[in-house]
Amino acid sequence: MTVADKNLAEANASNASEAKTQLKVGIPKEVFPGERRVAATPDTAKTLQKMGFEVVIESGAGADATFSNQVYEQAGCQIVSDAAQLWQTADIILKVRAPQMHPTLDRHEVELLDEGKTLISFIWPAQNEDLLKQLAERKANVLAMDAIPRISRAQKMDALSSMANIAGYRAVVESANNFGRFFTGQITAAGKVPPAKVLVIGAGVAGLAAIGAARSLGAVVRAFDTRPVVKEQVQSMGAEFLELEFEEDGTGSGGYAKTMSPEFIAAEMALFAEQAQDVDIIITTALIPGKKAPLLITKDMAESMKEGSVVVDMAAEQGGNCEVTRPNEVYQHHGVTIVGLTDLPSRMANQSSQLYGNNLCHLLKDMGGAEEYKIDFEDEVVRGATVLQEGKITWPPPQASQPSPKPAAEAKQPAMLVTSEVKEKSVISQWLPLIAVGAALFGLGIAAPPSFLTHFTVFVLACFVGWQVIWNVAPALHTPLMSVTNAISGIIILGGMLQISGPVSSPTTILGAIAILVGTINIAGGFLVSQRMLQMFRK
Amino acid sequence: MTNSLVTVAYIAASALFILSLAGLSNQETARKGNVYGILGMVIALGATALGAEVTSYTTLLAVIVPGAIIGAIVASRVAMTSMPELVAILHSFVGLAAVLVGIANYLQPESGLTGAEETIHGIEIYLGVFIGAVTFTGSIVAFAKLRAIIGSKPLMLPARHLLNIGMLVGSVVLGVQFMNATGSSGLQPLLIMTAIASLLGIHLVAAIGGADMPVVISMLNSYSGWAAAAAGFMLGNDLLIITGALVGSSGAILSYIMCKAMNRGFFSVILGGFGTAPKGGGSKSAAGPVGEATSTTVEETVELLRDAKNVIIAPGYGMAVAQAQHPVAQITKILRDRGTNVRFGIHPVAGRLPGHMNVLLAEANVPYDIVLEMDEINEDFAETDLVLVIGANDTVNPSALDDPDSPIAGMPVLEVWHAENVVVMKRGMSSGYAGVDNPLFYKDNTEMLFGDARQNVDAILGQLATVSSKTAVAAR
Repeated sequence: MTVADKNLAEANASNASEAKTQLKVGIPKEVFPGERRVAATPDTAKTLQKMGFEVVIESGAGADATFSNQVYEQAGCQIVSDAAQLWQTADIILKVRAPQMHPTLDRHEVELLDEGKTLISFIWPAQNEDLLKQLAERKANVLAMDAIPRISRAQKMDALSSMANIAGYRAVVESANNFGRFFTGQITAAGKVPPAKVLVIGAGVAGLAAIGAARSLGAVVRAFDTRPVVKEQVQSMGAEFLELEFEEDGTGSGGYAKTMSPEFIAAEMALFAEQAQDVDIIITTALIPGKKAPLLITKDMAESMKEGSVVVDMAAEQGGNCEVTRPNEVYQHHGVTIVGLTDLPSRMANQSSQLYGNNLCHLLKDMGGAEEYKIDFEDEVVRGATVLQEGKITWPPPQASQPSPKPAAEAKQPAMLVTSEVKEKSVISQWLPLIAVGAALFGLGIAAPPSFLTHFTVFVLACFVGWQVIWNVAPALHTPLMSVTNAISGIIILGGMLQISGPVSSPTTILGAIAILVGTINIAGGFLVSQRMLQMFRK
Repeated sequence: MTNSLVTVAYIAASALFILSLAGLSNQETARKGNVYGILGMVIALGATALGAEVTSYTTLLAVIVPGAIIGAIVASRVAMTSMPELVAILHSFVGLAAVLVGIANYLQPESGLTGAEETIHGIEIYLGVFIGAVTFTGSIVAFAKLRAIIGSKPLMLPARHLLNIGMLVGSVVLGVQFMNATGSSGLQPLLIMTAIASLLGIHLVAAIGGADMPVVISMLNSYSGWAAAAAGFMLGNDLLIITGALVGSSGAILSYIMCKAMNRGFFSVILGGFGTAPKGGGSKSAAGPVGEATSTTVEETVELLRDAKNVIIAPGYGMAVAQAQHPVAQITKILRDRGTNVRFGIHPVAGRLPGHMNVLLAEANVPYDIVLEMDEINEDFAETDLVLVIGANDTVNPSALDDPDSPIAGMPVLEVWHAENVVVMKRGMSSGYAGVDNPLFYKDNTEMLFGDARQNVDAILGQLATVSSKTAVAAR
C-alpha cells in the first residue's frame, strides 16, 4: 500500500465518520414518460457541494439531458445504481416532476420517501390533492417549487419563470419548424418573401419569451393580454399590443390574470376570430392558477386560419387554450398544424436542467445550506413553498400582507427635481442686483478719477467679450481652455518687465525678476501643453 | 519703440488672445487658436521689451530663458492623467507673480499720484496682492490634493467659517492701515496681509473635498485672471486688464458650469457647505440593502459586448486612476471595426478637471466625434443594448433624480439604467465621494463586474481580440 493509498484510506475513514453529520442531497432519474430534465447538473452539483452537501445521483439520471455518469463523478458526486437505494441514502431528494408510479420498481415514488426526509420538486398541490394526502402519510417534509411566492427576492428561485422562459422560446422554435415560410421578410432577386405574422396570447414570462424569440427571427409580432400593465413590456420588446375597447382590468392577485366577465370574453373572442384570419402563427400561453385553462381559440377560429398556419398551445397540459388541441400531439387540422406539446422545457433538457438546478441551489441556500439547514417558517419564501411539514399539510400558506400594486397615478410620480426647479423669483430679488450695480457705478462715477474710469471701461467691455466667447467653447475642450487661459494669464510678467530696469540689487528688480521667471514657466508650459493636447483630438 | 506703437501692439495682442479663445469652440479650429495665442503673447512681450521702459536686457534674458526652458520640459513630460495637477501648479505661479509684481510696484512708487488716484492705486495694489496670495497658496494645496500628497478629504476645522471671516476682516483692517500709511511704511501691513491671505488660500482649498476639485481648479483659474486684471489697473496697462478679464470670466464660467452639473451653489462648494441645509445623509433612503447586486464575469461581459449593436461607455475618474483608458480605446476600435455603434457619455464633472475625461480619451486615440456630453447622449440610453460604467459612481446614480433627500438630489446624471443591460466595473461595493448608496447596482438589468478595472478591461480586450481574429479567419 503506497503512502498515497494509506492517506486516502485515512481520509475516507475520517470522512465516513464525518459523513453522518453531512447532509446528502439525492437526485433520482425522472420517471415521468418523456421527461428528460434532471434536478441537478454537474455545475449545480458543485454549487451544492460548496454549500456543504454531499451529492448522490441515480445512475443515468442525467443521460437524457446529455450529462453522463462520468461527468457527475468528475464533479465529485456519488453515483448510486438503484432508485430505491437513492431515496434511502439521501436526506433531501430533489426532483423535477411530482412523485408518481415508478415503472421498474412497481411502487409509487411516494412510498420511497421515508419519514423525516425532505422532497423538493414540482407538486401542483391544488391539482394533486390525493398525492398530497399520500405524502402526508409518510410524515416527510415536502416543498413545492411551483408554490414559491413570486416576490422580487425569490426570483432566483422561481422555477415557474425559468421554465416558462425556456418554454416560450421553444414554442417559437416548434412553430417555425412546422411553418412552411420564413419568419423574416426579405426582398430577393427571385421574389419577395413576406414576413410571418405571429399572435402571442398572454404576455407573462412565457409570452414575453415567445415575443422576443419571434421578433429576433424577424416576424411581425402582435400580443394580447387581459392585464393592461403589460402593454409597456410588450411594446418594449418590439411587438404590437392589441387592445379591446373595454375598461376591465384582468390583473388578479400575485400578478396573474383572473377570470373575466362574459362581456369581456365575448369581445376578446371577437378579436381572436378577426386575428385568426390574418395571422400565420398563434402561440397561446393563457393560464389561470388552479383552474382549467381558458378556451380562447375555438374550432371555427382554427379552421378559419390560412392553410399552412400553426397554432402552438402552451396550455395543453392544463386543458388547452385551443379547442382542437390534442395534448402531447402535433397534428394537422384542416390544413392548420396544431402543436399540443407539453414537454417544451424538457426538449431543451440541458439548458432547463441547468436553470432548474440553479433555482434549487438558491432555495437550499436560502434554507441555510448544509450547515444550518432548516425549514424556517419565518422565511416568507420557505413558508410559501412548504406544502408538508413532518406530515402536516401546510398549504396554502397564510396570505402574506401583499403590498397592493400602487395605482398608476401614484406610481409614476417620483419628484423629478431636475425639471421642477424653476423657482419663481420675487420681483425684489430680480431687481435688487441691478439696483446695487447701478448704485455702485454711480458711486464710481462720482468718486473715481478719470484715469481709473478709462481702464474700468476697458475692463467691463473685456468681461463681456470674455463671457460671450467662452460660452462657445466645446465642453470637450475645457481642459485645453484652462491651459490656454493659464498661458495667457502669464502676461502678468509685463508687470515684472516694467520693474527690472532699476538697479539690479534693488528689491523691486529682484522681485520683478522672480515674477518674470515663474510667469515665463507658465507661458511656455501652458502653450506647449495646450499644443500637445490639441494635437490629440483627432476624428 | 514709441508708446503709441506699443499700444498698437497691445491692441493686436488683445485681438489675438480673443481669437485664440474663440478658436476653442471646436476641435478643428482649436489648434489654430493656440497659435494665435502664442502669436499674441510674442507680440505683447516683444513690444514691451522693445519699449522705452525696459532697458536691462541682460536681466530680462537671464530670467526669461530659464523660465521658458523649465516650462517646455515640464509640458513635454507631463502625463495627461496628471493634467489637473499641472494646471493647479501653473495657477500658483501666476498667483506668485501677481504678489511679487504688486509688492515690487509698491516699493517703486509711481510719482505724481495724488488724492483719489493715489487711493485707487493703493487699493489696486492691495487687491492684487491679496488675490495673488490666495491663488498662490490655494493652488499649491490643490496641487497637493490632486497629487495625493495630502488627503482628499475636506479639512473641516470646527470654527472654519469664523476663521475665514476673521481672516477677511483682518485683511480689511490691515487694508485701512495700509491706505493710511505714507511713503513705504505700508510695507508691513502689506506683508502681514500677504501672510494672512496665504493662510486663507490654504484653508479655503483644504476645506474642499476631492470630488469638488473641478470647481476649485476653475475657481483658481478665475482668480488668477482677476489678479492679472488688478495688476493691470495698478500699472495702468490695458492689455493686462483685458487679458485678466478674459481669463477671469473663463474661470468663472467653468466654475458655474461645474456647479450646475453638481446642482450645488458655488458658494456652498467653495465655502465647504456654508448656507446649505444638511441633507438627510441618505439615512432614510439607505434603509438596508434595497435589493441584491448581481455579479458577472469577464466572459459574460464579452458575450454581451459581442451581441450588442449599440454600446455606450460611461467613464469616470476611476478609469483614469486605473489607467484603463488605453485598453478601453482598443476595445472600442475592435467593436467599431465590427460594426457596433460605440459611444462615450461624459458627465460634466467626471474627472478632476473640466474636460479631463475628453483629454484622456483623446490621448488614447479615441476619435472625438464619438465622445459625447451628457446632454447630447442622455436620451439615447433607451435605445442602447449595453452600457459599460467604468470608474463612475455618483454621476450614474438614479437617487439624484428619484430621491429628494439624497445628498446628490437634483444633480443631473447619466441615465444609464434605461439601457437594456448595464455592467458596472467597480472594485467593491463601497460608495463614491458623496458617500451615497447607488440604487443602480441593484436594478434588474444591472450586473457588477468586480475587481480592478484595468485588469478586467485588459481581460475583456484579450478575449475580444481572440474572438475577432477567429471570426476573421472563419470568414475567409
